[in-house]
Amino acid sequence: MFQVRIHGRGGQGVVTAAELLAVAAFDQGRHAQAFPSFGSERTGAPVVSYCRIDDHEIRTREPIDEPDAVIVQDVTLLHRVDLFGGLAPSGYVLVNSSQPPDGLGLGELVARLPAGHLAGCPATELALAHVGRAVPNVPLLGAFCALTGEVPLDALARALRHRFADEVAERNVAAATAAFGLVHDHEEAHRAPTA
Amino acid sequence: MLQQLEGSRAVAETVARCRPEVVCAYPISPQTHIIEAIGAMVKDGRLAPCEFINVESEYAAMSVSIGASAAGARAYTATASQGLLFMIEAVYNAAGLGLPVVMTLANRAIGAPINIWNDHSDAMAVRDAGWIQLFAETNQEAADLHVQAFRLAETLSVPVMVCMDGFILTHAVEAVDLIDQAVVDSFLPPYEPRQVLDPDDPVSIGAMVGPEAFEEVRYLAHLRQLDALELIPSVAEEFAALTGRASGGLLHPYRLDDAETVIVAMGSVLGTIKDAVDARRATGERVGVLGVTTFRPFPVAAVADALAGARRVIVVEKAFSLGMGGVLATDVATASPASGPELATVVAGLGGRPITRRDVEGVLGRSAQGTLPRLSFLNLDEDVVARERARMAASRRSGPFAENVLRDLAAGGANR
Repeated sequence: MFQVRIHGRGGQGVVTAAELLAVAAFDQGRHAQAFPSFGSERTGAPVVSYCRIDDHEIRTREPIDEPDAVIVQDVTLLHRVDLFGGLAPSGYVLVNSSQPPDGLGLGELVARLPAGHLAGCPATELALAHVGRAVPNVPLLGAFCALTGEVPLDALARALRHRFADEVAERNVAAATAAFGLVHDHEEAHRAPTA
Repeated sequence: MLQQLEGSRAVAETVARCRPEVVCAYPISPQTHIIEAIGAMVKDGRLAPCEFINVESEYAAMSVSIGASAAGARAYTATASQGLLFMIEAVYNAAGLGLPVVMTLANRAIGAPINIWNDHSDAMAVRDAGWIQLFAETNQEAADLHVQAFRLAETLSVPVMVCMDGFILTHAVEAVDLIDQAVVDSFLPPYEPRQVLDPDDPVSIGAMVGPEAFEEVRYLAHLRQLDALELIPSVAEEFAALTGRASGGLLHPYRLDDAETVIVAMGSVLGTIKDAVDARRATGERVGVLGVTTFRPFPVAAVADALAGARRVIVVEKAFSLGMGGVLATDVATASPASGPELATVVAGLGGRPITRRDVEGVLGRSAQGTLPRLSFLNLDEDVVARERARMAASRRSGPFAENVLRDLAAGGANR
């Protein structure tokens, strides 16, 4: 089972992100379960959503305390909310930021996680450029596809076209594809042998 | 067709395929998405003919449902928590009058203290109202139970409540195989009322009944509930033959063969409990699960049968009767076989507190060691409780206890 926890703030599409991820995994013939943290969500308040992906039926209903991946949609949550609690030793972290992880004070995480498992993605900027709204959830999902390989980008694109109509869908696909490209290139560069 | 859907959406789509003619509901979390989706379907004509009636309260929602049902329409509504309590007089009336309204209850705690999260306090508060109460384990079952609910309700002239865990199911997105319209149409014939307000053949419904006949009228309603115990399994079997899905019925036994310890529970927590049971089975422990799908009428004989081989029974329930203990547990005790298994109640998941596989394994471990008390509260913070008891002892004007506990927690337990 692969478990994803998404942290953000009300209005950033945190719940929608988990749902889109579940639909994309379902598209691949896998079992998936997405659910919100069930708070009285308010715009701007910290929000958490969850997504489980497995090759078998998912029966558990408990919140995800030991995620394989954490997506942080809002950097202002860093160092204020326990974002990385229970993260698997070989887990992944994706942060909505154009800054390198070291610059975000995540040096400890960089040291702890395998190389290439922590990435930043300027998701808000990508969303503004492609969708015209500062909602970082979809670019981060594109980046998630590149970082983890858990869900292919074309499955995410189909989930987006299922969820949104026409031009809105295509703009979101473009945003996700751009984010995928950025993280994919970064990962490739990381994997390339260095002298 | 199998789709990845929010639970509320799956229920709304399924209810629409049951062709309700009147839907009247008042929005309340976590039921709202169901009603919004059905309202949209009525508005865009996908659900027709159907009248969606906006009202000012839950009391009116159930009253309109009663009126619609008495006029011969297939009537549906949905609510949760305080909304259910607000309509409770009409809830009893729907049952007492024998009107086959179907209602979704998106289970949520009851205040005070106000709490929007899931537990089963709302369903338990109306367990004696005369409604059939069915509990869904998954969103697939929640959807399927609605088709069976209309069939049961209209066959028996008894209202049916489909209980699904608020947020945990209503807001979860998972795969659901939505039933085909043609299958629903073959399973659910048009509503043929036993009584109807018809100007061409007038009757009055809702007589005042004095001591000369009240007991008999109530006993007739009781007999209809007992009839339901016979009908529910056969309706579930017929449904399974059409869909291949084991939704509904009286009970969902899991790994009960040779089980010495059996956990009894209702609703979505059964999935987590099954995972825990599988883990313990892997280490050789003889444990099993009994899911109660039909809570009212309570399947006394079937529960007795299912627990016949058990030495220990642990009821894990998301509600309790203050000053007494478990509600489901009391019924399980009544149904327990003469062999008299040891019975323990674990109250858990109140007000949305998570129940994890680790928690359930812990309960099984304590039971095996003989250290599980007859009544316990899962993950209760006894220090917080003790500090508030101390504040109450120290000062007459200790203040509101909910606020005190929150302040205590916010201060990291330092506020004494």
